Amino acid sequence: MTEHTLVRGTVWFRALTGQASSMPGDPKSVLTADAALGKEQARFLCVVPNPNARFPCARHGEVGLEEGYTLAARVREVMQQDKNKTKRPIVAIVDAKSQAYGRREETAAIFLACAAAIDAYGSARLAGHPVIALIVGQAISGVPLTHGYQANRILAFDDDGVMIHAMHKAAAARITRRSVEELEQLAKKIAPMSYDVRDYAKLGLLYKLLHVDNPEKPSEQDIRNVQDELVGAIADARKGPVDLRNRLESKGALEMRKASLLVRSKLEAQWLEN
Amino acid sequence: MSDQRLGANFINRQSFIELDARERATALFDAGTSRELVGPFDRVESPWLEQQGVTPQEDDGCVVMKGKIAGQAAVVIALEGAFQGGSLGEVSGGKMAAALDLASADNVKGISTSAVILLETGGVRLQEANLGEAAIAEIMAAILVLRQHAPVICLTAGTVGCFGGMSLAAGLCSYVVMTREARLGMNGPEVIEQESGVDEFDSKDHALIWAIDGGEQRYATGLADALIEDDTAQIADAIRQFVSKGVPAVHRSSQVELYRDRIATLDTSRQWDPAEFRVLWATKSSKEDKK
Repeated sequence: MTEHTLVRGTVWFRALTGQASSMPGDPKSVLTADAALGKEQARFLCVVPNPNARFPCARHGEVGLEEGYTLAARVREVMQQDKNKTKRPIVAIVDAKSQAYGRREETAAIFLACAAAIDAYGSARLAGHPVIALIVGQAISGVPLTHGYQANRILAFDDDGVMIHAMHKAAAARITRRSVEELEQLAKKIAPMSYDVRDYAKLGLLYKLLHVDNPEKPSEQDIRNVQDELVGAIADARKGPVDLRNRLESKGALEMRKASLLVRSKLEAQWLEN
Repeated sequence: MSDQRLGANFINRQSFIELDARERATALFDAGTSRELVGPFDRVESPWLEQQGVTPQEDDGCVVMKGKIAGQAAVVIALEGAFQGGSLGEVSGGKMAAALDLASADNVKGISTSAVILLETGGVRLQEANLGEAAIAEIMAAILVLRQHAPVICLTAGTVGCFGGMSLAAGLCSYVVMTREARLGMNGPEVIEQESGVDEFDSKDHALIWAIDGGEQRYATGLADALIEDDTAQIADAIRQFVSKGVPAVHRSSQVELYRDRIATLDTSRQWDPAEFRVLWATKSSKEDKK
């Protein structure tokens, strides 16, 4: 497995916005910028490692307390600014290690910090902002929930360095009382358990899997292609409803999420009976 | 079960924690108004567990009931902590998301419908990993819609507590109701110890765990809206009050400036005593309780 250095977030943030800095007053772990995308401006956000972070358990690219509230504030800022005009697209670039695992974090309710970011992204989507998640690297456990999964459309790179999962391999093996090898064997048979983004793509949650020749050093052409795909995803999001039903109606979902669809249709039918 | 109830009646209190998910859900409704939807007889089970040597359950550990609370239409969705730790799989998660969506649709039609979610869960079910996680994201999206129309009330009574991705869902709710036996936190103590070391968190230190994640602390620091005894009648009464109260003016998860400013002023050079945190984040109501 590729060793992750979490450089991709910064690389792609720079590629798409021409810079890689935080907004004034924000922690250095959250990059925010407005930049041209297609014929309009878009807001880009990314969580990156900050070795000098105030919180010791959030120095290696984790989503912690500061990151949750900063994402929330910067998304809400866009909603406020665009209240009476065209809703700017919001692009979440995703490559973060995990949530921050610390005592300070639990004491100060990291669950609420993450909920604040989810609230902001979800509320922006409901307000009509096209919200796009671009997964360029790691998106594990609390990361995709906090920064990505409330998007109208999710794009991911078709690349071994991309990993979207509920839990890191070693921890998942320990908790389910399996060896990592056993877990890997099971993951080959059971698509939702797989750590391979190509298996993930089969679940029907992604809008598109994007091929990029060199995700860590993208060429001009790579960048242009990704920009075009983002523009396409934004246009598609604007055409569709503001909810997440596309993740249940996609071709992949019809095949892989049959139980989700079954339980939903049965519940709908019984809901109306009296 | 009835024996337990008799025993509890003996001391004039009926434990809620001792009830299973189905009994808990039933206990919250106005008497005789509830009916279960997609119950065990519908046999919608997890399609992923059997191939991993885990016996599935006919309701996948999630009970949905519709009926009336305080005279108003309501749906209660209860996770069964005794089945796979209350974890969210494709079916249990899908059931919860769909029930919340149906409640929203009723509100749009003019039928005011609240939701109560009973969270006893460690979060995503690892055997269904990405589909469990996707379902949790859809539950969150559904809560954000429904809470615009009617309150979404989270009740975590214990003893499993509410952890992982579902703690984030709890954070989105209009109101959070807890008992002293319940815990609410994102990362369980074992996970923190494993990831950051025993100096960061000693998972065997039960007093510390409850001092941080326990209902009393969460209530005293304004992260839960009610702290109720483990008594079925009192819990049902608290739920009725929050249903009647309606949607709060501002949801807690939308109060970004308040919490960002609070985080900015914390001294991060050391660990905090949970007691000092109670002073820092004391709420008006918890201060009044102390008087």
